[in-house]
Amino acid sequence: MALKMVKGSIDRMFDKNLQDLVRGIRNHKEDEAKYISQCIDEIKQELKQDNIAVKANAVCKLTYLQMLGYDISWAAFNIIEVMSASKFTFKRIGYLAASQCFHEGTDVIMLTTNQIRKDLSSPSQYDTGVALTGLSCFVTPDLARDLANDIMTLMSHTKPYIRKKAVLIMYKVFLKYPESLRPAFPRLKEKLEDPDPGVQSAAVNVICELARRNPKNYLSLAPLFFKLMTSSTNNWVLIKIIKLFGALTPLEPRLGKKLIEPLTNLIHSTSAMSLLYECVNTVIAVLISLSSGMPNHSASIQLCVQKLRILIEDSDQNLKYLGLLAMSKILRTHPKSVQSHKDLILQCLDDKDESIRLRALDLLYGMVSKKNLMEIVKRLMTHVDKAEGTTYRDELLTKIIDICSQSNYQYITNFEWYISILVELTRLEGTRHGHLIAAQMLDVAIRVKAIRKFAVSQMSALLDSAHLVASSTQRNGICEVLYAAAWICGEFSEHLQEPHQTLEAMLRPKVTTLPGHIQAVYVQNVVKLYASILQQQEQAAEAEAAQEVTQLMVERLPQFVQSADLEVQERASCILQLVKHVQKLQAKGVPVAEEVSALFAGELNPVAPKAQKKVPVPEGLDLDAWINEPPSDSESEDEKPKAIFHDEEQRQARHRHPEVDEEELARRREARKQEQANNPFYIKSSPSPQKRYQDAPGVEHIPVVQIDLSVPLKVPGMPMSEQYVKLEEERRHRQRLEKDKKKRRKKEKEKKGRHRRHSSLPTESDEDIAPAQQVDIVTEEMPENALPSDEDDKDPNDPYRALDIDLDKPLADSEKLPVQKHRNAETLKSPEKEDVPVVEKKSKKPKKKEKKHKEKEREKEKKKEKGKKDLDFWLSTTPPPAPAPAPIPPTVRAAPGPLELSVSAVTAPEDTCEGPRREEAEDEDDDTERDPERKSSRHKKKHKKEKEERTKDKKKVKKKQREPEEENGAAEEEPVPPMSSYCLLAENSYIKMTYDVQASLQKDSQVTVSVILENQSSSFLKNMELNVLDSLNTKMARPEGSSVHDGVPVPFQLPPGVSNEAQFVFTIQSIIMAQKLKGTLSFIAKDADGATHEKLDFRLHFSCSSYLVTTPCYSDAFAKLLESGDLSMSSIKVDGISMSFQNLLAKICFHHHFSVVERVDSCASMYSRSVQGHHVCLLVKKGEHSVSVDGKCSDSTLLSNLLEEMKATLAQC
Amino acid sequence: PEEIQQQIVRETFHLVLKRDDNICNFLEGGSLIGGSDYKLIYRHYATLYFVFCVDSSESELGILDLIQVFVETLDKCFENVCELDLIFHMDKVHYILQEVVMGGMVLETNMNEIVAQMEAQSRLEKSEGGLSAAPARAVSAVKNINLPEIPRNINIGDLNIKVPNLSQFV
Repeated sequence: MALKMVKGSIDRMFDKNLQDLVRGIRNHKEDEAKYISQCIDEIKQELKQDNIAVKANAVCKLTYLQMLGYDISWAAFNIIEVMSASKFTFKRIGYLAASQCFHEGTDVIMLTTNQIRKDLSSPSQYDTGVALTGLSCFVTPDLARDLANDIMTLMSHTKPYIRKKAVLIMYKVFLKYPESLRPAFPRLKEKLEDPDPGVQSAAVNVICELARRNPKNYLSLAPLFFKLMTSSTNNWVLIKIIKLFGALTPLEPRLGKKLIEPLTNLIHSTSAMSLLYECVNTVIAVLISLSSGMPNHSASIQLCVQKLRILIEDSDQNLKYLGLLAMSKILRTHPKSVQSHKDLILQCLDDKDESIRLRALDLLYGMVSKKNLMEIVKRLMTHVDKAEGTTYRDELLTKIIDICSQSNYQYITNFEWYISILVELTRLEGTRHGHLIAAQMLDVAIRVKAIRKFAVSQMSALLDSAHLVASSTQRNGICEVLYAAAWICGEFSEHLQEPHQTLEAMLRPKVTTLPGHIQAVYVQNVVKLYASILQQQEQAAEAEAAQEVTQLMVERLPQFVQSADLEVQERASCILQLVKHVQKLQAKGVPVAEEVSALFAGELNPVAPKAQKKVPVPEGLDLDAWINEPPSDSESEDEKPKAIFHDEEQRQARHRHPEVDEEELARRREARKQEQANNPFYIKSSPSPQKRYQDAPGVEHIPVVQIDLSVPLKVPGMPMSEQYVKLEEERRHRQRLEKDKKKRRKKEKEKKGRHRRHSSLPTESDEDIAPAQQVDIVTEEMPENALPSDEDDKDPNDPYRALDIDLDKPLADSEKLPVQKHRNAETLKSPEKEDVPVVEKKSKKPKKKEKKHKEKEREKEKKKEKGKKDLDFWLSTTPPPAPAPAPIPPTVRAAPGPLELSVSAVTAPEDTCEGPRREEAEDEDDDTERDPERKSSRHKKKHKKEKEERTKDKKKVKKKQREPEEENGAAEEEPVPPMSSYCLLAENSYIKMTYDVQASLQKDSQVTVSVILENQSSSFLKNMELNVLDSLNTKMARPEGSSVHDGVPVPFQLPPGVSNEAQFVFTIQSIIMAQKLKGTLSFIAKDADGATHEKLDFRLHFSCSSYLVTTPCYSDAFAKLLESGDLSMSSIKVDGISMSFQNLLAKICFHHHFSVVERVDSCASMYSRSVQGHHVCLLVKKGEHSVSVDGKCSDSTLLSNLLEEMKATLAQC
Repeated sequence: PEEIQQQIVRETFHLVLKRDDNICNFLEGGSLIGGSDYKLIYRHYATLYFVFCVDSSESELGILDLIQVFVETLDKCFENVCELDLIFHMDKVHYILQEVVMGGMVLETNMNEIVAQMEAQSRLEKSEGGLSAAPARAVSAVKNINLPEIPRNINIGDLNIKVPNLSQFV
């Protein structure tokens, strides 16, 4: 053996290590692959050796090779071997290799479960750390399920290094095993307040990541995060939290209001750009979420915009980029504030960095107005000319189109200008967006009637020019616009100046080089054109000319008939025959124009793209129902129905609608004028001869050819759209002048001084600019009663949906995390029992010695059980007690879980107890296990009724049993006393209310009342509202803006037989006296017969105990407190007690929120603290049949009231 | 996965390589790295590029700072880090990165803490005798130090692993 070892290490000297490998690869540049395969062979040899060091070295090299892209999955088993080495050095190599090459498909991964568990519980923190790190990279659903509990244990490890890793990895576990989220969440939440900043940051990280996906489940954490935000100084954490708030605010606008101020402060105070930036971002999110109209927020917007401007002006390109990015968010809701920075953004268009230019482009989209559209587009056009590289140029092109076409061409005042822009864009060589331009041309020409004439003239020019045809090689290239041009010229051929010329252009031989679908449109529209020419010439009685045209068609069409494209060929041969027929008729002198035109009569109206989808399904039509009984065998008929619908859709699109005629237009115009006349803000037009033309309908007032000789119509070399900018300016100027005149006139008229907006501003607002054309944008047709737009379905494959889990709901039994069972734990004791020896240990130190041996034996077991105990502890939803100090002395052992204690005291003491005590304990145990109901009924009469129901309804049982845990953090697997702190509030035939009051140390003047509402009827209960009569001392917290008489709505409805819990917050001033508040629950009960309004009165009792918060106290601190002497004292004595002291203490702990400090025989000291910081100390002594309680408290009234309450509790024992 | 990994590294390298120094350090995600929610954030140090791929839950500027922290940590752990350190001690680089980013999530941002943990682990390794218990080899002079090795030195630790294979390379 020893010899083998020596041999191994001698061999090793000749092995390559990682550095040698790297060096070797660098020296074998030419034959790298060969060298590496040689190395892999060596590695395979090394892996066969027994020496773990050799193996580790080999795996280390493999990891490097994996990085270079070589598959090393064949060595997975060896990697596991190295992972399980005892030395950290090797282990780390193994885990690194695993994290690099293991994935869900690696089959040997399941072999690692036990190794990883072992490493997780290793005494060396670095073994644990390395295992956690590795696991984070290759965790699978199986691993997550098996190890979740172990990792949760590590979240409370004494070393922050482990804690932070364990916290972080939980996110990975949640992703793979979503069921673990609910049980783990309380502990995770706890870690938000971990003393170590690293752990805290990890917890924030995880929760932010969770909340980002499903923010609504994390709203309840907002106060906690708010506290962190205002207290933390760690920028990284701050950024995370602030980003999280950005995700939460859209769900809760009130949160936003609260955030504005601290965020603004941070913006002002921080020097870290990253933090500043995220603050600004979140403020923007807040502002977006708040409905506008809050005047003081304009200041916040201004601040944001200002800060962003600083970022954008910074020389650092990163800041510039982010500034623009954030700016675009503001733009969406507050375009006005951004528009004032137009200069800056236009400047960014010239930036050398393409990402920045693209961001600036995005911004432009939202910055245009009627006023500046032309100017901005002009800027962009110059950029188009300058842009090198087609990608950016294409981007510009799409942006120009986007900007102009946005919200139904809202900002375009002059469509001739727009058409010219589109035509100019056709000069771009090599663009991929020809079809985009074409689509715009079609859309505008179809929907803006007034522009058709102009569009047709431009399009015929396009058809005429040769350059477009030449570029036909490219798919989606610029030749696509010919598709639009041909269609427009054909469809609106009545507007053509020289149809004959256009016809010739469309029949040129060169056309056949175009893509098939364009040729097809050519062929079809040639006929339309032909039809209209025929008509014109027949009307003019030029039969000869008509025949010439027909002849031309007959001559040229055959070139299309020979096309390789099926569509072109088919259309062409069909039309050729048609024309030949026409030719024959013409030869006989028969007038044919009417009939040919009839082929294309009517107008095509645009149909909205989603129209078909929005047709509502008529009532009574079930599309899923079989029309005929399904054939016995499924024949492949799936295709058919689809085809039918497809057909229908097309027919719909071609459906011709009667045109809105001029009369109708005039009528509408009149109606609009009427409306404007009634609008006080609209500047009315008074009939005046010079201005009449402005009201004239249609095309007449287009100022195109208002020949102004000072502006040459077409400057050579200058883009044509230029002229429109100038023309438009003049037009507007003219309009302004007219308006001014009108105004003046009006002023004279209205000298009596009616309230009128002072509108004689030198600058015109958007609304003042009347469009040049009668912009009659025909809206797309929609079917009648179209449904509102349907929401996009969420992607069902989203992995994060699994984590959409309600975290506020109490845990159910079934949600426990699977806990690894240990061999030596087969006795299956409930973990609480394990807890008891700890208690006993404190009180019976002398006795314990005898059992030391026994104890030792169990020590091991206990250690393993600890995980379980912790789990129970996590399940509690009460605020966590202060973290226990790291080393746990025996007396304090139970301290981290005062809550556990209270429970454990209730359960039977375990077998370390001796003699009669033991017997009694077992009795008790049996008792409770066999018949928990009897026992609990002894505990609480009020619960009797509930219990009866329990037997009836299993579901309810669960709910009720959960109550104590919820309240007290008791263990759920606890088989025994369903001691509930919920007491009956009120009940009638409809509803039963039980309630519990909870206080928390964080809020000294608030208590939360949890009310469980249970629907006992068969009606559906809704609109529940809870109201109380506030007293001077105790007030219910109502939503902002409601008065003291308003009720607080219950945020849910109750179907029959269902119960749910609602929480209400009350503020209290003094807690030294018990309080009673009268209140009413009102609701609507709805059943088959109708709905009735119902009420249920109740009296809400705030006992002094409910102001106490279970707080652990160590015996030394307790002694000091008693010594201090500033506590007043009082005592009570209750006779006729039969209950065991153990259970008695449990009752006090449970109902009065005390914790046991120390217990010796039948005497115990207990402690609790009020929400307002009163200390309460008790000394409880049990006699034969009596119990005496001595209390000390910093407030005597509080003490005497407390003791009274306790007396009542004890009297029931 | 190895092929995809190599492809991502290659393409990322070409993407960042052609970017000037005076333009911003963010690259918007393409289909390569999992869509528009992801960004490449990189920093350029001499011949090295450090590229992180992050999703929208990370702060861009924060990540730039983190890269700086990472590089400074490397510098401390290697004592005046140079490119060759990284090439020859890839394993150590991994270990350091794992202290900064764990399973795609930022673990620690405090440099001193990272360095302290690294040192503690090195000490532990030394006490175990290290990997090379065999007589130390004379480190032969490194010839052939050419720089076009860069693609291999790109560090892509992606924060928030949603793209499965991204975590797995450096």
